[in-house]
Amino acid sequence: MSHTFTLDGKTIPFEPGETILQAAGRAGVYIPHLCYHPEFKPHGSCKLCTVKINGRQTASCTMRAMVGMVVESETEEINAERRALTQMLFVEGNHFCPSCEKSGNCQLQATAYHLGMMSPHYDHFYPNRPVDASHPDVLLDFNRCILCSLCVRASRDVDGKNVFALSGRGIKTHLIVNAKSGRLADTDFTLGDKAAQVCPVGVILKKRQGFAVPIGERTYDKAPIGETLAEGK
Amino acid sequence: MSDKKKLKVATTSLAGCFGCHMSFLDIDERLFTLLEHIEFDRSPLTDIKTVTPGTDIGIIEGGLCNAENVHVLREFRANCNILIAIGACAINGGLPAQRNHLPLTTILEEVYHTSPGLANGRIPNDPELPLPLNQVHPIHEVVKVDYFIPGCPPSGDAIWKVLTDLLAGREPELGHGLMHYD
Repeated sequence: MSHTFTLDGKTIPFEPGETILQAAGRAGVYIPHLCYHPEFKPHGSCKLCTVKINGRQTASCTMRAMVGMVVESETEEINAERRALTQMLFVEGNHFCPSCEKSGNCQLQATAYHLGMMSPHYDHFYPNRPVDASHPDVLLDFNRCILCSLCVRASRDVDGKNVFALSGRGIKTHLIVNAKSGRLADTDFTLGDKAAQVCPVGVILKKRQGFAVPIGERTYDKAPIGETLAEGK
Repeated sequence: MSDKKKLKVATTSLAGCFGCHMSFLDIDERLFTLLEHIEFDRSPLTDIKTVTPGTDIGIIEGGLCNAENVHVLREFRANCNILIAIGACAINGGLPAQRNHLPLTTILEEVYHTSPGLANGRIPNDPELPLPLNQVHPIHEVVKVDYFIPGCPPSGDAIWKVLTDLLAGREPELGHGLMHYD
């Protein structure tokens, strides 16, 4: 019996043990996601990759593919929920794209474009989150953090440094730096760390290179995220 | 089309920089085509001061930073059938909202009083001046907004696309290339 399931009517092959998101990515089918990264263990927290399997909703980054599953992803219902989640991420932080160096290369922004997010819809929180500019090479702008935990996972599992952590619970969850002072300068974090490369939004920024790529030539100016990320890159 | 009644369009800039209006003018010679189908009511382009009841489309640039902005926004909502938020500031507060994490008193003190070169400066308190709001807010937090054109500013092409979609009775859609938050 062949290992396949259907995704929006399309037959998708999978290796036993693979998740739905992994198999879809290999087949070139994009499922929106923010906290998933192919090189890391899934976190399953952003819920953008939610799909409907045999009529029930679940995160496709943590759900193993099984023979004969009927998976729905690009439906009006699911995309409306994905859009609502994205809008909540926008109003909970301070996401001002015109002044953000990551604009045009930002997965949150590109995903919002993909989902046709025309407005944030909800009331803004406008939280007060001071930036950390203490490190000589890297700026931390917590205003844009979406709590995907990719930097936490990269620093802990790849760099072996454990520089970042998520602290607090529920709506008070926030990213912290594991140093007595709480400042990035007081850690052994360097630009060469994997954790410096994985931020999908504009929190971890290399200093002195902002806006180096002109508008029109940035990653998601050239192609929408659905075409750029379909391979799971 | 010529014997059809022209649609009335009103525009204003609240806590904005008029950049979105400049971008509107960037539709260039297409303005002539547009003017075959619409006429301007209250707008910086006409200098008409109040919105005529029954105006078809209201276009709002900028967010809400003071009481007068709220008053004008409510006048637009009360008199326009369709309200469009144009640009980052109308949609999420934009640049003026960068003050939102600072107490208003601190800002006024620094701008009018404690900054160097402002010896004995006083915080303006003329009854003619609209009172600032504690925080800057996007317009959808105060009134129902029907359509949004994001961008800082949105390109002339994006504005043209939305207006022509509406004139043709289609649901406006921007798509890749025209959809920008920056």
